[in-house]
Amino acid sequence: MTDSIGFGHHQHACTTNNCTTPLAENIREQVQNHPCYSEQAHHYFARMHVAVAPACNIQCHYCNRKYDCANESRPGVVSELLTPDQAVKKVLVVSSEIPQMSVVGIAGPSDPLANPEKTFATFKELAEKAPDLKLCLSTNGLNLPQYVDQIAQYNINHVTITINCVDPVIGAKIYPWIFWQNRRIKGIKAAEILIEQQQKGLEMLLERQILVKVNSVMIPGINDQHLAEVSKIVKAKGAFLHNIMPLLAKPEHGTFYGLTGQRSPTDSELSALQDSCEGEMKMMRHCRQCRADAVGMLGEDRNQDFTLEKIESATVDYQAAMQKRITVQAQITAQMTEKKEQQPHYVQFIPLTSIKRGLTKQKFVHRPILMAVATKGDNLVNEHFGHAKEFLIYEASHTGVRFLRHVKTDLYCHGDDSCGEGETALQRTIHALTGCEVILCARIGYGPWEALVAAGIQPNNDHPYEPIEEAVEKVYKEMIIAGKLDEPLQQQLGA
Amino acid sequence: MSFTINELCTNCWACEPLCPNQAIYEAKPHFLIDSRRCNECEGDYPDPQCASICPIEGAILDSSGQMLNPPGSLTGIPPEKMSMNKI
Repeated sequence: MTDSIGFGHHQHACTTNNCTTPLAENIREQVQNHPCYSEQAHHYFARMHVAVAPACNIQCHYCNRKYDCANESRPGVVSELLTPDQAVKKVLVVSSEIPQMSVVGIAGPSDPLANPEKTFATFKELAEKAPDLKLCLSTNGLNLPQYVDQIAQYNINHVTITINCVDPVIGAKIYPWIFWQNRRIKGIKAAEILIEQQQKGLEMLLERQILVKVNSVMIPGINDQHLAEVSKIVKAKGAFLHNIMPLLAKPEHGTFYGLTGQRSPTDSELSALQDSCEGEMKMMRHCRQCRADAVGMLGEDRNQDFTLEKIESATVDYQAAMQKRITVQAQITAQMTEKKEQQPHYVQFIPLTSIKRGLTKQKFVHRPILMAVATKGDNLVNEHFGHAKEFLIYEASHTGVRFLRHVKTDLYCHGDDSCGEGETALQRTIHALTGCEVILCARIGYGPWEALVAAGIQPNNDHPYEPIEEAVEKVYKEMIIAGKLDEPLQQQLGA
Repeated sequence: MSFTINELCTNCWACEPLCPNQAIYEAKPHFLIDSRRCNECEGDYPDPQCASICPIEGAILDSSGQMLNPPGSLTGIPPEKMSMNKI
């Protein structure tokens, strides 16, 4: 049951026939170096979005078309719009400086297919000048059926459709209007058209063997109960990954949801929904909800290192840069394969009975726990606690280690008195890690160590530069041996 | 008879390709409408195209200066809540 596209440590509770099936080999090959599609790849490969698409043809209640803030990190937000020529130059310069770059996407700031000339002009030139880079786009789906053939023609083999519902009554609570056939259409009728076009577009892409990921925004009280059905339908049609993302809605975003008090889901609500859909389809949990001009590895954004000024004055040997990318990326892929072969089953724990020798068998079960990990990439515990801009949260249990989500520590407007209500950065981090019992990092200072312990989170820097899942597994076993996770069996059964 | 675009415009380009008379053009700090070309889409479409796709309330005015998309009409945000959106 190993599906080796990077969900290798994702094999939890796989006890029913409903278990996610292995990915077909051709899909595995297509996504193994795609950081947005493969959780394993996101530790090693980089991506960039070029913001060439300013126009939109629908309104979503979680989007504010006026927004632009350099400190914001969420979809639809962008600092600098690029022309197709500027975008191509930017990709060529950035991908020569970051040879791990494997993917270029157009994801906004609005809808790429509401800006077809700009979008396809960009892709056309990229396909000529950097044919090694994978091209992808992300759309609301309204214009998708119309452009499916062009998508296929330019070899764009990854498309993400944001599908928040298949029920127009729910849709009318998410989309106040669409622009369709030269009219602005509102209400349920608008949602009906959008849903129809999304589903038709999905089917047409799949007929052309284009890989489709479906994004959904989880909006409590609006579509949270409905997304399991969405998951079932898109999986049945052949989408290969479903990415359920939390609604981001704060008053300062200026969105309908932000200003009318619509709340975001909690981490545990999100995880629970992802878990409940997991049997239906691969769930993606490493999404960072990137800006439409994000650059670099998934957890970082180096866009501000590549200003237009810098891009325009740079000279790049495109051929040499491509050769370097191909070499570097082949090495990464080889290393990933090697790791997998060395430890094909390490996430399948050694039966706990072998650890519990000496204990009376069956008296205890061991509860699952959450651990936070500070990493700066390469799938290693390699970041200093104080330098971490985000933490990856893993669950360790008797069925294995699995990645759950990431937590940003660098919340939107740091440094501003209006943010965090006077909490220090450390307090905010500790608050963000609520629910975790261990934090794994390469190093940590004395002050933070004490503060974490006081908050009930055990810092652990005993596994620097070790692979993440291995380190999490070791710590979990150490805790079991130390008796820290024992729960009387009766209590579990009675619960 | 011509519409105008005001400073609320965010330069999103959505209207520009739709204009049947090529009256809309890119300008700084925001897009403008050539009043000699604009016919408010009369005879071309039932609804004026720029005002039908523009996402910004109040950014396009008719010849009498009235907003074609008044506050709240597109986002559904009650106007009294909009003052919170001045950050």
